[in-house]
Amino acid sequence: MPSSLASGRSESVSSLVAGAPQSRHSRALWLARSTWPKLLAIALVLGVWELVHLSGWKKLVLPGPWAAITNLWGQLHTSLLWRAVGTTSERAAIGFAVAVLIGSVAGALVSRIAPLRAAVGSLITGLQILPSVAWVPFAIVLFGLNTSAIMFVIVMGAAPSVANGLIAGVDYTPPLLLRAGKVMGLRRLQLWRFLILPASLPAYVAGLRQGWAFAFRSLMAGELLVSFANTPSLGVLLSTDQDQSDLTSAISVIIVILVLGIVVHALFGLADRSIRRRWGFDTQV
Amino acid sequence: MTAVVTGQSTALRLTGVGKTYGRGQHAVRALDGISLDARPGEFICLIGASGCGKSTLLSLVAGLEPWTEGEITVAARQTSMMFQEPALFPWLTAAGNVELALRARAVPKAERRRRAAELLELVRLAGFGAKRPHELSGGMRQRVALARALAQDADLLLMDEPFGALDALTRDLLHDELDRVREGRELTVLFVTHNVREAVRLGDRVILLSSRPGRVSGEFAVPIPRPRRIDSAPVAELAATITDRLREEVGRFA
Repeated sequence: MPSSLASGRSESVSSLVAGAPQSRHSRALWLARSTWPKLLAIALVLGVWELVHLSGWKKLVLPGPWAAITNLWGQLHTSLLWRAVGTTSERAAIGFAVAVLIGSVAGALVSRIAPLRAAVGSLITGLQILPSVAWVPFAIVLFGLNTSAIMFVIVMGAAPSVANGLIAGVDYTPPLLLRAGKVMGLRRLQLWRFLILPASLPAYVAGLRQGWAFAFRSLMAGELLVSFANTPSLGVLLSTDQDQSDLTSAISVIIVILVLGIVVHALFGLADRSIRRRWGFDTQV
Repeated sequence: MTAVVTGQSTALRLTGVGKTYGRGQHAVRALDGISLDARPGEFICLIGASGCGKSTLLSLVAGLEPWTEGEITVAARQTSMMFQEPALFPWLTAAGNVELALRARAVPKAERRRRAAELLELVRLAGFGAKRPHELSGGMRQRVALARALAQDADLLLMDEPFGALDALTRDLLHDELDRVREGRELTVLFVTHNVREAVRLGDRVILLSSRPGRVSGEFAVPIPRPRRIDSAPVAELAATITDRLREEVGRFA
């Protein structure tokens, strides 16, 4: 990616302005084109599911898709599910925000200070590999069975990805742009603000995206294992369904979790695409 | 013509400049004993085979790398540089790129916008300020890079094969632009190229560098009146003379 950042290859004189702005029409077309494979995939999953159900495998506990959808529809009309979604979303938002803050500061420091990088650079990657569930016992002992424990697990899960994203972005700032910036007279802080940080943006957003995935997983692990009464969350709902062997409700909750995760992931996808379009990485020839 | 210029009337002076990369056995001598004087407003072309240290020399003058011996005196107020690639920042518009150069030297905001528009007009890109680099052709990007270099209010412009990646027709047009932009300004230019005709078309003086290490091996005044054309007979004739010398030089190493 970085080498293509500022390549001004020769073009014919006739192609003076490349890349006309996307029209409304083509955007609608793009939406339709990118939606039907997803709908097809969903239909496929439901079909296979129905076949399994019809085959009679685990007939006593495994519901068919229709039963699950009806159950989901029912649960969507209860306040319990929505309160659970609210709690879980709030935790996800706060936990991810803290992780982004810590990850960004750590990433900025590590990328700039060489001894610090030598010391903790590989540690950050190590933390990224470590499944955040491993932090659950530690968090419970340290904080007790409460929200702080869950937040801790989220931050440990997501912050390393955010930090690594920023570090990668800084490392891959094209040297030519750095030379141009220096010749232009940008020094130290200015160089950071106007050159290195914007140049790191694509890698940083990739780090955020990955960080979000890790944060959400950590949150679910945390909610399942650090469950405490009186606060309905998606994790608590799942635990309850497990206790009552209610697979139909559990599937409904899983679908809700899936949708929540995908929606936020898609938002990062939008951010990523908008950067690509503005920078001219989007080659839709 | 004499290259001996004294005191006030020198924009740039190099005295016995040398550059060695590495130390001991692995040391590579890139430049050796380069001496050169540029009058204010003079257009000097550096020409030589690839690997002769032309680009290194520009980096030294720009202060991007330290030199190992000799002395470089830049009398010019402000130096700016253009590269073979436009090196525009892809997250900024054309105007934004120019404005950033103005911002780097603390030009106030309102002034920045006006100056950027003027500079883009100067390089014939009026109305393209809101375009992003990838929406422009290679030639237009190099024009933006020129506007950005000029935005630094430089009186010494270092150009490292800036038109090397462009097609011949676009390059011709940009030669004319460069001549026009320099009109009425005292802009000293140090222009690196390996295209001999381009050097003769543009330069007041063409300096030939030998390879490994880079040394000044010849100097040619270009007494051809402007406006010049790259395909005119006098340009072609002088270019042929210089090419012959360059061939001898390259032949010793190739």
